[in-house]
Amino acid sequence: MPNRTLEVKDLSTHFFTQAGVVKAVNGVSFGVDSCKTLCIVGESGSGKTVAALSLMRLVPDPPGKIVAGSIMLGERDLRALSDAEMRRVRGNDIALIFQDPMTSLNPVVKVGKQVAESIVMHQGKDKAEALRMAIELLDRVGIPDAAARANQYPFEFSGGMRQRVMIAMAISCNPDVLIADEPTTALDVTIQAQIMDVIRDLQTTCNSCVIFITHDLAVVAEIADDVMVMYGGRTVEYGGVDEIFYNPHHPYTWGLLGSLPRLDCKTRLTPIAGQPPNLITLPRGCPFSMRCKYVRRECRDQWPELEIVGPDHGVNCWIPVDERRQLRAELDYITSVCVSDVIT
Amino acid sequence: MSLLEVRGLKTHFPIKSGILKRTTGQVYAVDGVSFTVEAGETLGLVGESGCGKSTTGRAILRLIEPTAGEVTFEGVDVRAASRVQMQKLRRDMQIIFQDPYTSLDPRRRVRSIVGEPLDIHKVGTPAERRARVQELLEIVGLNAEHAERYPHEFSGGQRQRIGIARALALHPKLIICDEPVSALDVSIRAQVVNLLKDLQDEFGLTYLFIAHDLSLVKHASDRVAVMYLGKIVEISESTVLYERPQHPYTEALLSAVPLPDPEKERSRRRIILEGDVPSPANPPQGCVFHPRCSRAGDICKTKMPVLAGTGGDAGEHHQVACYYPARFDGGKRRVDDSPFVAEPAAE
Repeated sequence: MPNRTLEVKDLSTHFFTQAGVVKAVNGVSFGVDSCKTLCIVGESGSGKTVAALSLMRLVPDPPGKIVAGSIMLGERDLRALSDAEMRRVRGNDIALIFQDPMTSLNPVVKVGKQVAESIVMHQGKDKAEALRMAIELLDRVGIPDAAARANQYPFEFSGGMRQRVMIAMAISCNPDVLIADEPTTALDVTIQAQIMDVIRDLQTTCNSCVIFITHDLAVVAEIADDVMVMYGGRTVEYGGVDEIFYNPHHPYTWGLLGSLPRLDCKTRLTPIAGQPPNLITLPRGCPFSMRCKYVRRECRDQWPELEIVGPDHGVNCWIPVDERRQLRAELDYITSVCVSDVIT
Repeated sequence: MSLLEVRGLKTHFPIKSGILKRTTGQVYAVDGVSFTVEAGETLGLVGESGCGKSTTGRAILRLIEPTAGEVTFEGVDVRAASRVQMQKLRRDMQIIFQDPYTSLDPRRRVRSIVGEPLDIHKVGTPAERRARVQELLEIVGLNAEHAERYPHEFSGGQRQRIGIARALALHPKLIICDEPVSALDVSIRAQVVNLLKDLQDEFGLTYLFIAHDLSLVKHASDRVAVMYLGKIVEISESTVLYERPQHPYTEALLSAVPLPDPEKERSRRRIILEGDVPSPANPPQGCVFHPRCSRAGDICKTKMPVLAGTGGDAGEHHQVACYYPARFDGGKRRVDDSPFVAEPAAE
């Protein structure tokens, strides 16, 4: 698709450790348009966070290294930029909201100053002007009495309020791409709902595209336009949010859907057997083959080609499409999702 | 007689300050909690962080000494029990901890971790204990060979299974599950939840299931109690609570839970609560929820409502602590303008 805000092709990020090469991200491609939200879903160790850090070129080197692929932000390839050029991109064109608001703010710097910092750096404003803008931003993300709060330290803020500060920082320079790495995982549900609201509002006013990283499929259903499911450093399936929930093609996506306890119906959970993979000893073929119920010989030997199964919906799986549809029809929890869809 | 009866349980922590470490205040972590758990059922205890749900679980076992209130287990007063009696009681009351990374001693083999309760209570001969450990590991889905390994050799889900095996060692009647799966990945979480369910069916266990994830609590529990700032605000059968919540906090909490279904998400109306949970060191006067409540009236600012049934469709077992509860008559929801004042339950 031409002119996407961000286009990532065949990104591979590996960590070279004493125990062996950890292929944290292994040939992942995706793109996002402005005003859209892409959710990257996966369990711990699936490579979702490393993928995000790679976009910012924040992977610690050594031991980490982006070994292949291109990251196109508009016309620029971020991999080709010098460190100094990259610093101008970070915070200005791409911004990141970290998972843990408790540890990602500097505890000895006043909140207003922390937010103003990137405004001073990227927009060349003087300190007083930047602080004024910072207060405006804090107000915009819903911090009451922003002028007074800007003069306080992070420990005086609750978890939800700190996450709002992080968001204010991230949007301070109107970035084209906003990456949110599990921004609500550390928060309670009521606070999570507040934060999701803030992110959604900002997206519509800023025209940014959002890459939202999460392990929670329910959050995905709420916020995503497109979804990418990762497992063991690979993309196993991607597609529009409705496609992923109502027409999932990969056995891992089925497994994730079956593992979820649901508020709206009560069925026994269908977990995925086995343990998450060790990224050093991944099989040559599909990383999920070790836990997949429907594994066949080719799964272990070779990574399957991308197969397009619908408009903007692709899957990497060796099971032929017709057989996959049949297998899925036997899973009652996926049909129950579809049935409730028909009723509403 | 219920298996476990908790009445007016309070756990306050002193705040000490100054060089003399004088007590300058109290954190009202648990502030007058009452409920019963019947044998064989699962009572879910749900609430946001800091609402006192974990403290409640620990106070029942006297892992944290309660400040006031009664805890009765099979008719025995737990708070009055001596050290020796308490040790006997703990055979029947066990706990599974939240974090499988910190609740297992890293320097001991699985055999010694799972076998420790057997050693302490001198159950059987050493050979019998050995056999029991292997049996326990198999019950929770591990292999007998795993007994010789150390905790760091296991993944999070497997460690939680070790924690469960340890809790099961003495054939307890009640297990307090303190956020047993919140540290685990989604696919592993489902495995452990199913395991707990199977164990309950097999051994007739009773669970007090503490968690912050409402969909999970609904899935795992027969009845659910919702806590806010050290108090139970609503308690009911789980399906009833989720379909017909009466307390405004329960309503907001339920509406904040995202559903894994994009269509339903689009058509949903969310109640967004303003602000944060107040500090339990300085809880609001009157109803603890009133500063964030959309229905709060004058009476809410003066006195905490008592937990009581509201009549109508809701049976006796659906109790709520609210002056303006949503009430259901013939399936129709209404909120009265005049406050509903329940009589305190007879002691």
